[in-house]
Amino acid sequence: MSGSAENTYDLIVVGAGPAGLAAAVEAWNKGLKKILIIERAKEAGGILVQCIHNGFGLHYFKEELTGPEYAGRFIEMAKKTGIEIKLDTMVLDVTPDRKVHMINTKDGYQILEGKSIILAMGCRERTRGAIGIPGTRPAGVYTAGTAQRLLNIEGYMPGKRVLILGSGDIGLIMARRLTLEGAKVLACVELLPFSGGLTRNIVQCLHDFDIPLYLSHTITEIKGDRRVTGAVVMKLDEHRKPVPGTEMEFDCDTILLSVGLIPENELTKKAGIKMDMRTKGAIVYEDRETSLPGVFACGNAVHVHDLVDFVTEEGQLAGAGAAAYVQGTENTDSKVIELENGNDVGYTVPQHIRPGKMGDMTGVYFRVRSVHKEPCFISIKSGSTEIARLKRDHMAPGEMERINLTKDQLKNITEKITISIEAGDAK
Amino acid sequence: MKNLICICCPKGCHLTVDENNDFAVTGNTCKRGETYGKQEVKDPQRIVTSTVAVSGSTYVRCPVKTDKTISKGLMFEAMKSLNHIVIPAPVKLGQIIVQNVCNTGANFIATREIK
Repeated sequence: MSGSAENTYDLIVVGAGPAGLAAAVEAWNKGLKKILIIERAKEAGGILVQCIHNGFGLHYFKEELTGPEYAGRFIEMAKKTGIEIKLDTMVLDVTPDRKVHMINTKDGYQILEGKSIILAMGCRERTRGAIGIPGTRPAGVYTAGTAQRLLNIEGYMPGKRVLILGSGDIGLIMARRLTLEGAKVLACVELLPFSGGLTRNIVQCLHDFDIPLYLSHTITEIKGDRRVTGAVVMKLDEHRKPVPGTEMEFDCDTILLSVGLIPENELTKKAGIKMDMRTKGAIVYEDRETSLPGVFACGNAVHVHDLVDFVTEEGQLAGAGAAAYVQGTENTDSKVIELENGNDVGYTVPQHIRPGKMGDMTGVYFRVRSVHKEPCFISIKSGSTEIARLKRDHMAPGEMERINLTKDQLKNITEKITISIEAGDAK
Repeated sequence: MKNLICICCPKGCHLTVDENNDFAVTGNTCKRGETYGKQEVKDPQRIVTSTVAVSGSTYVRCPVKTDKTISKGLMFEAMKSLNHIVIPAPVKLGQIIVQNVCNTGANFIATREIK
């Protein structure tokens, strides 16, 4: 079945969300002509389809779009090409020799081969099970994304009196959405002393509707037999232990969890691709190639992004990388520079840079571990050489940082590069 | 005096706006903060997004947005104008769903195509 020209594609992309769509369109523009995207949902667009709020595309399109509009633009771009999209199809396996096993109700079980493969599966939400909240197991506890789908796509109201655990962006967006639809959102409760959400969402989703945000608090008990009837919230000390006597009881029928996202990488791991424990995604090079030659990864499957604009950018990198791989136009200079996280840096993507394969410049994404309200510096060092030192007025874990390294800067570098945060000079 | 957090960039400056002194803004570290602070206290504006019911399609809801910002105080009123609308498929991207929402001059338009 496999191996024939008919079953062999220049590129097979797993996932038709923003990362996969951008990757496929870029690969097409770079000259690959037999491209297939496989999507498990009934339509392309990924999570954007249910993100009906605006604020997408400020970087990429220089205008504010809603999620469906942003997705729609890339779906239209893909339609104008000869890219094939298989919907309602589940990929079961990607093998090291680049065969993709898939199943759907029309073609049954199928194996297709890719000269290159791009993994763009996105991420999924952490659930109640992942964070272990004590209490009974009543109905009415949803992840914020599930509630978003119920409300925006299926047209069901998930509840009337809502408590939100976690201050991630989806939770904040849902606080506003549910309020506008007539629910009472009682509070948003955050374990950490700061919110992981974007400032604009704190202001426009909580402050606009006088929804209190309790920092350094968590839900210590969920009450209810068949349906949620209430929850207990407590303040946490510096060791994240509940402080006795701080119990607050909320009379709610619904609890939304916005407690983090995990890259979805079952296929990646099964293929034997090397993973990064910090990002929970594949370890990638500057063009988003993984440890398996010809297999690339991009978007939230590599690391969780805050903004779809950067997901698009990463998809395009992977698309261009796959095109160069298939066309054999890659530079074969084998020098590899490892990137390492130094002081207060949680991770870097990419984890390795091949100067021979990068363009004039390559972007490096990273997240800091703590909130920096005072000006500080990003120091990029290799051995004792400081390659660059960049000032930032403000940094926070909820805001991904992006720096650029030029070919020139990497010319004489032989050792690994460390990115660390250094305190600003006292005035 | 009104206190607010600037949303122009991730820095989130804490602004103070004095309504009694020509909406003078303090606490901002750039010009954009001043503009935002003044507007936000004089007449805060928001884009409103929601969904409307759809008939004749496998989709049951169509996402919509106001095609320009409306006063923040009119958000709930604007939401009411969508309550009893059922829009027959097909729906075009940008199709007007509600004209002149609450006399603001803004329209609710469809933000996706529905077949």
